[in-house]
Amino acid sequence: MDLVTPDIGLIFWTTVSFAILYFILAKFAWKPILGAVNEREKSIKDALSAAEKAKEEMVNLKADNEKILNEAKLQRESLLKEAREIKSKIIADAESEATEKANKLVETAKIAIENEKSAAMKELQDTVVDLSLNIAEKLLSKELDNKEKQLKNIQDILDKTKLN
Amino acid sequence: MPLKLSRIYTSLLLLFFSANIFANPVEKLDGSKEFDVNEMIMHHIKDSHEFHIMDINGHAVSFPLPIILWTENGLVTFLSSEFDHDDAGKVIVKKKQQAFVKYHEKIYYAEQTGYLGKYVIYDNNGVVLNKKPLDLSITKMVFSMFLSMLLLVLIFVATARTYSKSKKGEPTGLGKFTEPLVMFIKDEVALPMIGEKNYQKYMPFLLTLFFFIWINNVMGLIPFFPFSANLSGNIAFTFVLAAITFVITTIVANKDYWKHIFWMPGIPVPMKLFLAPIEFLGIFIKPISLMIRLFANISAGHIIILSLISLIFIFKSLWLAPASLFFSVFISLIEVLVVAIQAYIFTMLSALYIGSAIEEHEH
Amino acid sequence: MSLIIFLQETLVDYGAFAAIGAGLAAIGAGIGIGQIGGSAMEAMARQPEMQGKLQGSAIVLIAFVEAVALFAVVVSLIK
Repeated sequence: MDLVTPDIGLIFWTTVSFAILYFILAKFAWKPILGAVNEREKSIKDALSAAEKAKEEMVNLKADNEKILNEAKLQRESLLKEAREIKSKIIADAESEATEKANKLVETAKIAIENEKSAAMKELQDTVVDLSLNIAEKLLSKELDNKEKQLKNIQDILDKTKLN
Repeated sequence: MPLKLSRIYTSLLLLFFSANIFANPVEKLDGSKEFDVNEMIMHHIKDSHEFHIMDINGHAVSFPLPIILWTENGLVTFLSSEFDHDDAGKVIVKKKQQAFVKYHEKIYYAEQTGYLGKYVIYDNNGVVLNKKPLDLSITKMVFSMFLSMLLLVLIFVATARTYSKSKKGEPTGLGKFTEPLVMFIKDEVALPMIGEKNYQKYMPFLLTLFFFIWINNVMGLIPFFPFSANLSGNIAFTFVLAAITFVITTIVANKDYWKHIFWMPGIPVPMKLFLAPIEFLGIFIKPISLMIRLFANISAGHIIILSLISLIFIFKSLWLAPASLFFSVFISLIEVLVVAIQAYIFTMLSALYIGSAIEEHEH
Repeated sequence: MSLIIFLQETLVDYGAFAAIGAGLAAIGAGIGIGQIGGSAMEAMARQPEMQGKLQGSAIVLIAFVEAVALFAVVVSLIK
């Protein structure tokens, strides 16, 4: 029975001791310790949320980047396409111009050749006329006396048999 | 020679332990002394007015403690050494025209005439009939309590100081050891039991309670001089701590708490009438169970260890010593775990009771 | 015959009854602790990842049950 009867003296001292211990520790130990712990936890929480935010921003940035990249790609593609079109156009233009020039050249050459030809023909005609005249004159002077009449006859014949 | 040194330490340790056991041989009527296990164990787990260290050649060496008495003639103080190790009511100390005598670690006003050399009278059941002054002495347990307070203040003020030194509030040195314990009380006791909203207010109380109980439990397990007092196995100590929890619970309790006790919502009226007295008794049973749990656990631990050691003396055989020592060391190791768990349970249940008193019900 | 003598002797000595009471409480507590320990082991085998939590709560529960036995010891201390 003695063992389970609380002793007044010890009750008194335990109460006093606990009260003193509580106030000393609460003021000089728990307050700074818990303050430091709470502050640290808060800073960790803040850091975590900041990291989360940064991550989110990063994701946003990535999305933006992708968008820009896509746009750039599209632009490049369109540029390339344009360039290709221009190139083919230039080539086609150059080709047609060259053909035109060549055609023209051929045309002028043809004309020149024609001119030359007709000039040569005429010269030849003249030469042949002269030659034939000479020949005829020589022939006729020997054979014919009516020179005038004969010349006219020869001219007629020559006109009918124009060289082609 | 580390082996030799450790052997010396071991024998010293055993000497202290055994010295405490030999402390109180029972004096029979014919003057012969016989070892009484019950007496020895009770002597160990009870309070004492002097701190017994060891016996040398049958002469007790003890640390005298101040005796403080509130008597009919006012405050009386003297050192317990004035009783000259007497605990049988044979030595009288006279102060302020009053005579005091110590019998079974209690101080009484001495009778005028002695009988068989004793200045106490008792009835047939052994109940002492002498009048008692109010005894506020610094007993062995009070001394032990002051020591534990000193240790706690030193440890935790030093811990607090490491935080101001370190950058970014990181624990350094001692804080690395103590902070996990503080965080344990915070995360495993206060937060789940009381809730995030209010726990900050009760943290200092819970921390003080936990460490106060724990350090005293541990100090009780160390079997030599400045320690070994069975303070947390004393019912007065556990009574005060449980009473503090009870007072806090009662003061902070909200309307819901009282409503749940006297008029439990959500059940039929006859049930309400039936439950009210049970719940009302529950208010008191909760702290009483707290008180008895700690007291019984720690006292039982001490009793078991001492009983195992006493087996050597009961059987009067040295051959039993290895087994006895082995088991007592084994139980001591278990006790190291038990004292921590008991401190945790006391704190956790205190937090639970406080939490249930301030809980907000939603219905 | 010896039982009667035993009873006669024990009736005088209340301490023996206290010891019997404490012993009975120990049986109850033993059964309780065994149940808790067994269930905890089973649960740990089923969910090894929960081992830490289960161990902690099992130890606390064992301490509760043990306290009941110690209540009986205290009652038997009150003569």
